[in-house]
Amino acid sequence: MSRASIAIVGAAETTRMGKVPELSQTGLHADAALNAMADCGLTPADIDGVATGGHDVAEIIQYLGITPTWYDGTSVGGCSFITLVRHAAAAIESGLCRTVLITHGESGRSNNRSHRPIFPSMQQQEFESIYGPLFPPSRFTLPVMRKMKDDGLTEEQLAMVAVVQREWAAHHPRATMRDPITVDDVLNSKMIAWPFRLLMCCLVSDGGGALILTSAERAGDFPTKPVYLRGMGGESAEGPMISQMESFTSSKAFRVSGKMAFDSAGITHSDVDHLMIYDAFAHLPVYGLEDLGFVKPGEGGAFVAEGHTRPGGALPLNTNGGGLSYMHSGMYGMYALQEGVRQMRGVSPAQVPDAKLSVVHGVGGMFSAAATAVLTTEDRW
Amino acid sequence: MSDRPLPTIYPETQFYWDGARDGKLLLQSCPSCDKAYFPPRPFCPTCGSRDVVVSEASGKGRLYSYIINHLPAPGYEPPFTVAVVMLDEGVKMVANILECPADPQALILDMPLEVTFEQRGEIAVPQFKPAGDAA
Repeated sequence: MSRASIAIVGAAETTRMGKVPELSQTGLHADAALNAMADCGLTPADIDGVATGGHDVAEIIQYLGITPTWYDGTSVGGCSFITLVRHAAAAIESGLCRTVLITHGESGRSNNRSHRPIFPSMQQQEFESIYGPLFPPSRFTLPVMRKMKDDGLTEEQLAMVAVVQREWAAHHPRATMRDPITVDDVLNSKMIAWPFRLLMCCLVSDGGGALILTSAERAGDFPTKPVYLRGMGGESAEGPMISQMESFTSSKAFRVSGKMAFDSAGITHSDVDHLMIYDAFAHLPVYGLEDLGFVKPGEGGAFVAEGHTRPGGALPLNTNGGGLSYMHSGMYGMYALQEGVRQMRGVSPAQVPDAKLSVVHGVGGMFSAAATAVLTTEDRW
Repeated sequence: MSDRPLPTIYPETQFYWDGARDGKLLLQSCPSCDKAYFPPRPFCPTCGSRDVVVSEASGKGRLYSYIINHLPAPGYEPPFTVAVVMLDEGVKMVANILECPADPQALILDMPLEVTFEQRGEIAVPQFKPAGDAA
C-alpha cells in the first residue's frame, strides 16, 4: 500500500473572471492568492514557498509580503502551473519548504500588464513568424490538416469538441459561454484560420487562480477537504517551433508527460473518473485523449463525437467547459487544476458522481511543453 | 511586400540568409548521422557533433500541412496560406505557398512544391510554390 505524501489544501480562483478591468495582472495574482489562503485559513506569514509562471515570482513574493525559502518561476506557457504542482511536491518532499503557494494571474483581455507571459522564441521568430502566423490561432493549428489527412479527423469532430464542452459549461455559473451550440453553429462561425472557426478557438479572458500545497500528514490541520497527489505527475517539452514537432499527429511532450504521470501514480485508464485536457483549441483534447492513451492513435475525434466525454458519458472531460467555454486567460492550466480540485472535493457545479481520481493534463505554448497531474480523494491506495 | 516582417539574423544563421540572397536554400547536415536538420545551428541536434556541413538543398518538397490565415499580419492581405513544407531532405520548414490560391481546393496535401525566393528589401526569404511539372 502507498500513502499520499502531498496534499492540495487551498484552492481558489479570482473573485471575478472574464472582464476584470479594475485589476492589474499583479492584482489578479494577489486576489487569487488571498482567496486561496482564506480557503484554508492561512496568511502570507504561513507560506514559505511561492511559485508562478509567466510573471516574475519575486514580484508576487514582494507584493504578498512573503519571505520564502523556496521559489520557482518556471514559465513554459499554460501548463506551467501543472508543472509547478510537480515541482512544489518535490520541494516539500525534500524539505526545502513546507507550505507552497502557486499563483496565476493574467490580464489577457484587459491587458493591464507590462509584458506577455511567454518568452518569445528567437528561432520561432526568425523562421516561422516572418511568414505571418503571428497569433496562436494561426500557429497552434498548423499540424491539424496533416492529422485530418493521416488520421481521418474531421471538421465535424473538431466542432463536436466545442459542442460537448459547451454542454459542460452550461452547468457552471462562472463559465463565460453557457448557451448550447450545435455543430452547424461551430462550422458557420467566423473563419479564423482554416479549418478553424471562432468557436473552435479559446476565449480571451482576465482571471487567476491559486493553490496551496503541503505535506499530506499536515492535511488534517486545515478546514478544507484535502485533495492528494497520486504519484509525482509528469512533464516534458518539445519546443516552441511547432513546425519542428517530430509528429504532426501526436505530441511527444504529451506522450512523455502522460506516461510518466500514469506510471508514477500506478494507475490505468480505467481508474480515471475525471479528466481535464487543456483546450486552447478544439484539436487539443483529441491529441490529449490519444497521447495519454485513453484511445488509440487516430480515434480521439470519433471518441468525442460519439459522446463519451459529454455529461453522462463514460469519461467526463473538461467539465468546466474548458478554455473554449469556461475562460481562457492565456495560460489556462491553473483553471484545469481548479476544476480537478473541485471535482475531488465533490463541489463542482458539474460534479461527476463519486469521482475519486482526476487526471489534469496541460499544454504549454503551442505544443511546446506539457505537464500532467493525478489528483485523488484518497490518502492511500 | 517590403513591409512584411524581416528576420532578425544572428551569427549562427547568417549563412542561411546569405544563401537565400544568392538564390540558394542552404541546409546543414551531420555526416555521421547522415541527416539534414533545420533550423540552422552549428551542431547536430541528433548527436551534438559540431562537425556539420552546409549544402544546397534540392529545393523540392511537398505540402505537409497548412492553415489559411484570416488574421492580420504586416504586409499580408488575409486570407493567406501558412504552410509547413516537407523537403525531400526530410526536414520541415514554414513557408507561404506562392502562385497558388489560398483555397482548400487548390491546396492539396502532399502536392509537390519547389523553392522560390521573395525579396523583402535587402533580404530574400525562401518560399515555396507548386512545382513546375505539377502545374
